[in-house]
Amino acid sequence: MAKEKAKTSGSTETTGHSWDGIAELNNPLPKWWLYTFYATIIWAIGYWIVYPAWPTVSSYTKGYFGYSQRERVSEDLAQSQAEKAVFRDKIAAADLEAIKADPELLNFALAGGAAAFGDNCAPCHGRGAQGGAGYPNLRDDAWLWGGTLDAIHQTIQHGIRAEDDQTHMSQMPAFGKLGMLKPNQVSDAAEFVMSLSGNADDEEAAARGKEIFATNCAACHGPDGMGNQALGAPNLTDQLWLYGGDKATIVETITNSRAGMMPAWAGRLDPATVKELAIYVHSLGGGQ
Amino acid sequence: MAATSQRDEWSALSDLLAIGSAGFLTILGLILAMAGEDRVMAFHGCLLFAASGLALLYMLTQFVEEREPADTSGYADGVIRAGVIATVFWGVAGFLVGDIIAWQLAFPALNLDLPWTNFGRMRPLHTSAVIFAFGGNALIATSFYVVQRTCRARLAGKWSPWFVFWGYQLFIVLAATGYLLGVTQSKEYAEPEWYVDVWLTIVWVVYFLVFVGTVAKRKDPHVYVANWFYLAFIVTIALLHIVNNLAVPVSLLGTKSYIVYSGVQDAMTQWWYGHNAVGFFLTAGFLGMMYYFVPKRAERPVYSYRLSVIHFWSLIFIYIWAGPHHLHYTALPDWAQTLGMTFSIILWMPSWGGMINGLMTLSGAWDKLRTDPVIRMLIVAVAFYGMSTFEGPLMSIRSVNSLSHYTDWTIGHVHSGALGWVAYITFGALYCLVPWLWHRKALYSQRLVEWHFWISTLGIVLYITSMWVSGILQGLMWRAYDQLGFLEYSFVETVEAMHPFYIIRAIGGLLFLLGALLMAYNLWRTVRGDQPVDATDQPSVAAAPEFRPGEYTAPAE
Repeated sequence: MAKEKAKTSGSTETTGHSWDGIAELNNPLPKWWLYTFYATIIWAIGYWIVYPAWPTVSSYTKGYFGYSQRERVSEDLAQSQAEKAVFRDKIAAADLEAIKADPELLNFALAGGAAAFGDNCAPCHGRGAQGGAGYPNLRDDAWLWGGTLDAIHQTIQHGIRAEDDQTHMSQMPAFGKLGMLKPNQVSDAAEFVMSLSGNADDEEAAARGKEIFATNCAACHGPDGMGNQALGAPNLTDQLWLYGGDKATIVETITNSRAGMMPAWAGRLDPATVKELAIYVHSLGGGQ
Repeated sequence: MAATSQRDEWSALSDLLAIGSAGFLTILGLILAMAGEDRVMAFHGCLLFAASGLALLYMLTQFVEEREPADTSGYADGVIRAGVIATVFWGVAGFLVGDIIAWQLAFPALNLDLPWTNFGRMRPLHTSAVIFAFGGNALIATSFYVVQRTCRARLAGKWSPWFVFWGYQLFIVLAATGYLLGVTQSKEYAEPEWYVDVWLTIVWVVYFLVFVGTVAKRKDPHVYVANWFYLAFIVTIALLHIVNNLAVPVSLLGTKSYIVYSGVQDAMTQWWYGHNAVGFFLTAGFLGMMYYFVPKRAERPVYSYRLSVIHFWSLIFIYIWAGPHHLHYTALPDWAQTLGMTFSIILWMPSWGGMINGLMTLSGAWDKLRTDPVIRMLIVAVAFYGMSTFEGPLMSIRSVNSLSHYTDWTIGHVHSGALGWVAYITFGALYCLVPWLWHRKALYSQRLVEWHFWISTLGIVLYITSMWVSGILQGLMWRAYDQLGFLEYSFVETVEAMHPFYIIRAIGGLLFLLGALLMAYNLWRTVRGDQPVDATDQPSVAAAPEFRPGEYTAPAE
């Protein structure tokens, strides 16, 4: 492993060292490699001259272009807002029916509403507003708190059981958990509820449940189970269920109650966006 | 005679120190186990107690039995054999966890709704397992092998190399169990909490001393290039690890700590660390591996000494600046972003210097790519290295980054480096090392290496192409606006669009895992000493040195 000048097939000499049998040729740096290396350095120096690059004692070199990322973002945002302001100001000022009547404003509101829906509402209500267990479908005509433009607007602004003075507030008692009804009574009431939409399996139990329903449930859901939108009490006679219409789920609902929650969007989104959302949701198919 | 007795005294002193340290750690583990303020600290105290207690018992039995003193004239290979086994084990474990979380991304139900198995805890388990457990063990084992051979000196220290090995395994177990139990300091690739960081620092300093001590004993005045890279890796990782993890623990008996930096300073320190973990752990360290195993296996001289000098120093000098490119378009000041980006571009050629030296070392022996799958693995690794180190500077350009940042493109880029470069160069080194270390005449089966190569390569191709498509699609969807200036797609729509690519990626990962299992089987059969099925197809260099015709080597341990 001492100095051994070995020639290799490439006829380039080795450095004369060998480590565990490994020698090193002494080829020069590849020209293309060296020149590309220089080129990147020159390019970097050019970049430093035109862009902010080096810190100084209390500031930094600003660069020939005077580029500032913060200013660029502010400008872009301002420009985008200015372009939208034409419609937004009108939407903010007009009432909902007027927006709906103006094709240009309606077009803008639907586009803005769809975008806002995708980022804010879709996580619960689904990308197509189709809902899911516990999250209402917004495409059908079953509304808990009303399906008119104003009612939808009200719900989006103030939410349901949200931290907001005007939020929709209702509370079904946990009949089973609180001991207001015994398990067999809960079961009978559930059977009666199912009979309202023609789904009862046990007519006798449903008949027993009728009285329980009249005493405990009718006050909110109505004597015929048609519901009451002023109280957010769902219609129990249709085939649409928020949590599920099978016996086990209804028993679960009566036993422990339900209290879904939707945030109040008035403080989170600007008023024009909330209006756009109301118009968008109203347009999905179930609007009244 | 005087020299001998002096050596005996040193040996006795080192025994005393080792036993004393183990005793101290056993007591410390017991204290933490009893007085730990949270359950994880108590559990980790138990682990420390058990590990140090076992070490203590082992050392005491060695002392009491008064065996013949072990032959310490040759190379210390036992710890390297242990490192090779650990590398394969952690590699398979890390790839498995990686593929599980890839399936979780495609099918979130696989999170199982359990805290221990959700993506948030499994992801650092995967990254730490592959980078630190698989990559770290590979680097420690190969550096111990290479430094002894190229310096013609036995590893420095009697207990120290073994302490480095077992201490590092304890670090891995502490980190991994901590993640699953929810203990993290939330810094990417630096998740372990303060006490695990302290432990790693101790292990790492001993590693440094063993390595430098061995280099100091070298019989040739010149230090081989592989050792420069290994040393740069060891020194810089120590620096990065300590600075990035400076933290104040809430209590010395609890797991929780607070990092001393905040806001954008914390982000900058984190990515100075994060990028140089890539630069010095995954690049410099593995270049050290490349500089030994490629010329050794190809039996060719390294292409250019001059290039190795220039690209080493330029790589070391420039890499350390590149971190800010992880923070484009953030609160980080413009000037820092510019420096990070421009130095990343300058870094392109210094990185490629290693690729040129690796590839051109094969000149005059290109036919070996066809006949020797191990060489092919090593060279494809170098090719992937070249591709990743071109893609990296490209992605650091601010306008490219505005499309690629936060998308799957980044994940694809990382994996072309991780699977293609880091894992392949390691697989190549393992296929070399196992017959050499266990004194076998050949690998058990070269055909299985072929299978491993092709299955894994297909896996890598599926992985990176699906992530390119998915990443660019994601970036384009995020920035798509309609005519009125509203975003065209909601975030959840972009997630939905990723689904098919996530499945392709997970299949790619599965193939890569299968390849690694084939390797584990093949290496196990080799270690067991089974008759090789195709020894005649294998090059003579596949055999341990003593079986190669006309080659003299110092006797191994």
